[in-house]
Amino acid sequence: MHLTPDHIVLWQSGWLHLNATIAYTWGVMLLLVLVSWLVTRRLADAGQARSRWQNMLEVIVQAIRGQIREICPEGGDTYLPFAGTLFLYIAVSNVLEIVPGWHAPTGSLSTTAALAISVGVAVPVFGIERQGLVEYLRHYLKPTFIMLPFHLMSETTRNLALAVRLFGNIMSGTMIVGVLLAIAPLFAPVLMQLLGLLVGLIQAYIFAILAMVYIAAAVQRRQEGVH
Amino acid sequence: MDNVTVVGIVSIAAAALCMAIGSIAPAMGEAKAVAQALGSIAQQPDEAGTISRTLFIGLAMIESIAIYCFVISVILIFANPFWNHVVALKPGG
Repeated sequence: MHLTPDHIVLWQSGWLHLNATIAYTWGVMLLLVLVSWLVTRRLADAGQARSRWQNMLEVIVQAIRGQIREICPEGGDTYLPFAGTLFLYIAVSNVLEIVPGWHAPTGSLSTTAALAISVGVAVPVFGIERQGLVEYLRHYLKPTFIMLPFHLMSETTRNLALAVRLFGNIMSGTMIVGVLLAIAPLFAPVLMQLLGLLVGLIQAYIFAILAMVYIAAAVQRRQEGVH
Repeated sequence: MDNVTVVGIVSIAAAALCMAIGSIAPAMGEAKAVAQALGSIAQQPDEAGTISRTLFIGLAMIESIAIYCFVISVILIFANPFWNHVVALKPGG
């Protein structure tokens, strides 16, 4: 039984290993880019008849935008590309588990760590962009400088938690199916895979929402201080 | 008992204990959070969207504790570093 798709090596030449995580990540990227490119090639304007694919993309983008607006109303569409990409990538790679032979790249700690690191970089970037470097760094010293290590620790652990949460949920889904295949092979694994799809979508939602909450907290600190 | 047996017994017992104790507390926390949220939605159905979003975030935070315990258990059973160390130390095996 493979714990993560990292251990499945599809192709290797010398020091270069191509494991299943990288290959399936490329698969998700290719799928997302191809579909969006095909759909957005000919966009219809307000008066014209729309294709059903354009309707689908508009529904998705509107839903993500609405969620972001609720968390961070003054941000507008600044954070839509980042949070939307996180959600779409995780959701697609989790949902594709219904395809036989698919290993979700989110079931590997390296993928989730990369996603969490990109959140950890995006939070200070958006914060500094909004408040300026000095003002952003000053919040580490509030209310007193004694709080500095605690601020740093909380920022580190929450990124660690993002990575381990996604990895643990997806990996546990795969593990449970693997264990059940040995005990009750016919019916039970299907139910657990169904549950795995639900968990995958919820985790995608939670990952994107938490990233958005962290960004909103970094961006809005100044307004809160003024009140 | 030789070292390999001791490490094996301790690893399995620790994994089971970690999973058992580590799922009780988050379960109680989640139960309390869901009960409160349902009560709040019953009182103020208009705020259901905000309440359920906050509930999801809170549940994710609580659940990650259980997930940490699960990851530790899995490491202890499937990828135990001490096991590999002890097996490598054992003479002739």
